[in-house]
Amino acid sequence: MTTTTPTLTGPAEIRPVRAAGRWRQPALGLLGCLIAVAVVEALPRLGVVDSRFLPPFSTMARSLGGQLTEGDFWTGLGQTLAGWAAGLAIAMVAGIVVGVVIGSVPLLRAVTASTIEFLRPIPSVALIPLVVLIYGSRPQSALILVVYAAFWQVLVQVLYGVADVDPVVRDTARSYRFSRWAIIRSVVWPTAMPYVVTGFRLAASVALILEVTAELIIGVPGLGKSIGVAQSSGAVPETYALVLVVGLLGVLINVCTRAVERRVLRWHTSVRGEA
Amino acid sequence: MKISEFPRRILIALGLPVVLIALWWFASAGSTSFFWPPLSTIVQAFPETWTADPLLHDVLPSVARLLGGYLIALLVGVAAGTAIGRSRTLRALCEPVLEFFRAVPPPVLVPVIALFAGYTGSTSKVLTIALGCLWPILLNTVEGVRSLDEVLLDTARSYRLGRVATLWHVVLRGSSPRIAAGARQSLSIGVILMVISELFGANRGLGASIVQFQRSFAIPQMWTGIILLGLLGVVLSALFRLVENRSLAWYRGQRDAERER
Repeated sequence: MTTTTPTLTGPAEIRPVRAAGRWRQPALGLLGCLIAVAVVEALPRLGVVDSRFLPPFSTMARSLGGQLTEGDFWTGLGQTLAGWAAGLAIAMVAGIVVGVVIGSVPLLRAVTASTIEFLRPIPSVALIPLVVLIYGSRPQSALILVVYAAFWQVLVQVLYGVADVDPVVRDTARSYRFSRWAIIRSVVWPTAMPYVVTGFRLAASVALILEVTAELIIGVPGLGKSIGVAQSSGAVPETYALVLVVGLLGVLINVCTRAVERRVLRWHTSVRGEA
Repeated sequence: MKISEFPRRILIALGLPVVLIALWWFASAGSTSFFWPPLSTIVQAFPETWTADPLLHDVLPSVARLLGGYLIALLVGVAAGTAIGRSRTLRALCEPVLEFFRAVPPPVLVPVIALFAGYTGSTSKVLTIALGCLWPILLNTVEGVRSLDEVLLDTARSYRLGRVATLWHVVLRGSSPRIAAGARQSLSIGVILMVISELFGANRGLGASIVQFQRSFAIPQMWTGIILLGLLGVVLSALFRLVENRSLAWYRGQRDAERER
């Protein structure tokens, strides 16, 4: 966000009280989680919601505990994570390579712009019938969907990043007779880095969505498939327990990608300024 | 100068798509592969498949459900997001829970909603779309309201702007770029959910018909469905950009002016 009038905020600028404020935030967050858990526990117990549809939280937790001891759960988790990581890795490499090549050649960029704008909003789920026909419920189906969805996120960010290169810096490098490769490595890449990391963060969560979707819809083995099986066999607490796991997986991925972002960009002003 | 620019730009914009479609056309021309029928066959199948009846009874209801769910998400998300964003305590209280809901992959909602209401009617589908689209809008609104310029708020206060006027002209205006960013994310999630919600227990709808073509091995028809779905995604994102450009013109101008400084 841009703030327009920075000069007017004098010493009266409001800051949270440091001493008490430090623990306030996480404590309130924890309290919020506890309230949410208590509500989920209370609603079915008080009979507001039928417990066949929404079991109390303790029942979900017990079911989750039971699943943690089963091999099937861990296999499913492993399959989901493996599919997610493979798809994300392919999309990252392809997105960066294609993005840097297209972004560094102005003509190429102009010529491909309309095609990219057209292909990007095509929903990846449109490919579901096609991959089902070709691969059935093998992991390749999920991989194609994940790569397709994540690739555009990375590509678009890389293109923004490469376009952001300061022309003076690039011309300076050129007049010092930097080779094409050296310019990419020491001028283009550092400029594009923050965008690449943003693309990584967006792609990581999109990839998880598509991986779980493919498992749920097509039946590719993994946690999503387990959710579908649990739901259709009427195992309600198990369904919720698995949904909880998938949600926590998503939170974990978000937290990790943000940590990666801070670490990779610790030299960058946007991160240094926060410290 | 201007006149000779124009054909050049048209050529640049349309050159590659035309080349790609031509490539597809000729590469698939003699194709006997079951999965990849010739493009000419697909093009022929298109008007036969999407006549008035399926357009009226499959595509239109799908789009209506999408827009319905999306608008509900937009209203609820902006309202709740403004309330949460305005209060520091409420924000700290809600943030981890909201982060969790955002992280749940939206398609997982389908089995959960199916538990409550079954999955045959339109309501459950609209609900799925609304719930999936809600979180990006909500969280971005919170973020937008939170990062409002304090000076603007104080100015509004010292001019004794009423509550409603402040909310409308300062808070919502100021956070609209972030709200738009959330709304854009939500739109693509909405399209995904529109399709997925129809794969469960529906026999009509755009997504449902594509899968029926696939199950009955009507491959060219399936391809026309995929193309139609792609076109829908493109049209929706173009419409979104049109609305965004009009309503955020002030922001673009301001940002460009700041860059030049």
